[in-house]
Amino acid sequence: MAEQLEWRSAKLIRTRDLTRDIRLFEIEPSGDFVVPKAGSHINVTVQIGSRPDVRSYSIVGPCTDGMYRIAVKLLGDSRGGSAYMWSLAPGAHLTISTPGNHFDLGRNRPEYLLLAGGIGITPIFTMALALAEIEADFRVLYACRSREDMALAEELRERIGDRLQMFVDEDGQRVDLDAEIARLVPGGELYVCGPIGMLEAAKRAWQQSGRPVEQLRFETFGNSGRFASQPFRVNIPRLNLVVDVPQNQTMLDALETAGIAMISDCRRGECGLCALHILDVDGIVDHRDVFFNDEEKAANAKLCTCVSRVAGGSITIDTADRAA
Amino acid sequence: MTHANAFPLNAWYAAAWGHEIAHELAPRTICDKDVVLYRRSDGQVTALEDACWHRLLPLSMGRLEGDQVICGYHGLVFNSAGRCTYMPAQKTINPSACVRSYPVAERHRLVWIWPGDPALADPAKIPDFHWNDGTEWVGEGGTFYSLKCDYRLVIDNLMDLTHETYVHAGSIGDEAITSTPFDVTHTERTATVTRWMKNIEPPPFWAKQLDRRGEHVDRWQIIYFQAPSTVVGDVGVAVTGTGAPEGDRSQGVNGAFLAAITPETDKSCHYFWNFVRTFRTDDEQLTRDINKAHVNEGKGVYDQDHTVLEAQQIAIDRNPRMPFYNLNIDAGALWARKLIDGMLADEHGPQPHVPSQAAE
Repeated sequence: MAEQLEWRSAKLIRTRDLTRDIRLFEIEPSGDFVVPKAGSHINVTVQIGSRPDVRSYSIVGPCTDGMYRIAVKLLGDSRGGSAYMWSLAPGAHLTISTPGNHFDLGRNRPEYLLLAGGIGITPIFTMALALAEIEADFRVLYACRSREDMALAEELRERIGDRLQMFVDEDGQRVDLDAEIARLVPGGELYVCGPIGMLEAAKRAWQQSGRPVEQLRFETFGNSGRFASQPFRVNIPRLNLVVDVPQNQTMLDALETAGIAMISDCRRGECGLCALHILDVDGIVDHRDVFFNDEEKAANAKLCTCVSRVAGGSITIDTADRAA
Repeated sequence: MTHANAFPLNAWYAAAWGHEIAHELAPRTICDKDVVLYRRSDGQVTALEDACWHRLLPLSMGRLEGDQVICGYHGLVFNSAGRCTYMPAQKTINPSACVRSYPVAERHRLVWIWPGDPALADPAKIPDFHWNDGTEWVGEGGTFYSLKCDYRLVIDNLMDLTHETYVHAGSIGDEAITSTPFDVTHTERTATVTRWMKNIEPPPFWAKQLDRRGEHVDRWQIIYFQAPSTVVGDVGVAVTGTGAPEGDRSQGVNGAFLAAITPETDKSCHYFWNFVRTFRTDDEQLTRDINKAHVNEGKGVYDQDHTVLEAQQIAIDRNPRMPFYNLNIDAGALWARKLIDGMLADEHGPQPHVPSQAAE
């Protein structure tokens, strides 16, 4: 189910800081306004140094007034997308896509459990409002590091009341995933958007519960790992090459920039096409994809170069190149 | 006629007769969307996008296993919500993998699907088609699948029965239809054309059903359109002077033609039809005869319409004069089109009005 995305010029109308490092952007596109559904994102052209790139941001909805709202967290170790967004002032011109949706809400489920971690609240917020609108049975579990990081929590509380439950890390509050999943009625679905650690924990708990795999829904843009993004070195003995991956670039981009022929598709760690064999690693492979399962990640035989990185060192890989 | 949006998507459309959908894959094209229908083990009907997420092969070329569809190309499996539950040669499932699942409802012996925004698919909006339930009114109809004309041409046809005089001479056609004025009324979603032809000789079909030799009749045609595309025609005759126009139809015979017309593409449609009656409801031979009078290897009254409608679409495609001219007799059809245009405007914003134009 793929929507046809169209690119539009757009204008940043205003911004509002939701927390110290999460900023809401209100963007008005030119041309027909495509009303986004819960779970949608838009793509935004960003400028990383001298090169243009594309980032996807979940929509904070509902956007029924001709304006797309996205919330962007300024990441210290960002690849540059959030820093670019934060550099924009109202009136700035942007190029954005019409909404796409890889995270749509299932219809007519007996219950919905929505789990958000940090900035992952953006699609969950919109889903919660949509579910409230149709009077569905749902709950939202929203985990943040500290009270100061609770973007959109007050707005959500006003709209959905006790259906929202907050978990503040610094207060020692933790989501008991096993218990929450056990409470969910049969046929109920779990929607997760948050850092990869949360997602992996949710996947494990879901698998242990024995529930159907397709009833766990999640979205990933592949931009969070267990470790902060750091530069690392890639050795490719087959090509007698060494490629340095800067902190603000993906391994896939760095390899392509170095002239290595690669195939890839989703570029967010889902399809597995860009995966390469690992020959040796000095440091820890930070698997940020959802293509490999836990066992495969632990085995460290391959990594998805579009999202995964190495923490603290270098990696030796093999490519698909062969002599003619 | 030429604008891109020929049909509203936020509406229920008949996709199949209930008896046509079993535990097997049945493809249909509805509003330009390829859909595969099947009946699940719980008796409910599922409608999925008929194109695999992976390489777009129609899922209808695959097979059912339980209530899941297995693609016939690489074996991806989709459940009845359209979610992928299996991918070959990998241990995880791509979280984006799904096909659209369309809202479906089964009512009035038909399977209806909603091709637009699923959030708006309220079963209360299914057209009132209770005449087709097979209870008070009796009849067996059929479908012209892939009739090669814009669905609105069928609506035009049914909303103006003047054509009976010329297309269906010898059965239901009668000069009285063309000489009798009619009223058109409407609501936000319906239009009704009412025509009473009083004190006339009944046309052959009705004379036979009434079986009151020599009597004059009052004949009625009350055609009820529900936007975007169902038409119910309350038709019949009663002995003149027995009070039918005032509401007493006891000295008459009453039938209803039923039409649920579903856009297939902008130039083709599926025409689900039936003719039901409240007289001689136990007479199965009559049911078969009436069916045959409508569709009979090119000789039935609907076969006659079929020929006209497809020829009309070909002529429209070959003539630059668009749209065509309208007459007084088209008032019912124009109200129907106005209601459809209103639904289109709700979805896409107002459409430009293009008046009838002279040929260039």
